[in-house]
Amino acid sequence: MNRLDYSIARPAADALQVNKVIRNTYTLLSATLFFSALMAAVSVMSSMPPMTYLLSLGGAMLLIWFVLPRTANSASGLGVVFAITGLMGFGLGPILEMYLSLPNGSQIVGTAFGGTGVIFLGLSGYALTTRRNFNFMGGFLFAGMLVVLVGALANIFLQIPAFSLAISAVIVMLMSGFILYDTSRMIHERDTNYVMMTVSLYLSIFNIFISLLQILGMTSDD
Amino acid sequence: MDWMKIGSALLLLAMIIFLFPRARQMLRESPEAKPGDWQGAILPILAVVGFVILLIVIV
Repeated sequence: MNRLDYSIARPAADALQVNKVIRNTYTLLSATLFFSALMAAVSVMSSMPPMTYLLSLGGAMLLIWFVLPRTANSASGLGVVFAITGLMGFGLGPILEMYLSLPNGSQIVGTAFGGTGVIFLGLSGYALTTRRNFNFMGGFLFAGMLVVLVGALANIFLQIPAFSLAISAVIVMLMSGFILYDTSRMIHERDTNYVMMTVSLYLSIFNIFISLLQILGMTSDD
Repeated sequence: MDWMKIGSALLLLAMIIFLFPRARQMLRESPEAKPGDWQGAILPILAVVGFVILLIVIV
């Protein structure tokens, strides 16, 4: 009898757990995106110097590598997520200011913002409705990211605009893959931590936004 | 070379150093794709590419 109860109850319990992780992740992601946008607005209004982007990103990376893994399973993990996303949002200020100073800057920023939203919602919706398992993409995505980072490092010294554009295009494709991969992990992996998932999805959204800004800025007629 | 370039290079180098072990582990441990799996992943990514081209045309 117990065995029968277990076999009937378990899929329902798993489904509830999956729904809970998805709900928590998207709730926290919405809150962090709003906070990040608020910090970006503060940064734009205070006309922060370009170095702010680098320092904020460096600080956020240190938190992701050294603090988040230790706090993700506790309540303090939420504070760390807001610190990471707030820092990254604040770092966006000088970048946004630079694009907004272009003749059609507000259109570029608005299109990149809307485009990022459409891409994220479309891919998440696809992964959630098809419920496909994209776990097989993990190795490919991480190896691809490594290649892109090496390319970006080389281009700091080479300064080839076409290569920079190509890197941005590849980042958009890789981050799209990461959105599918992470969403699928929430559905298929049992012990997924919603704090880690939020940061992972936030990083994909952030990178798509930055890359779209660069692509639209470089290809714009003005 | 300005400080922004040096800082960016250091940050990217740190990312590569931190990502390398994870990428190696993921390449070793990722499950094999079943027939049709890649098609299911590539189609939405191609849709994203098409959408970005549309955005470029609009702006």
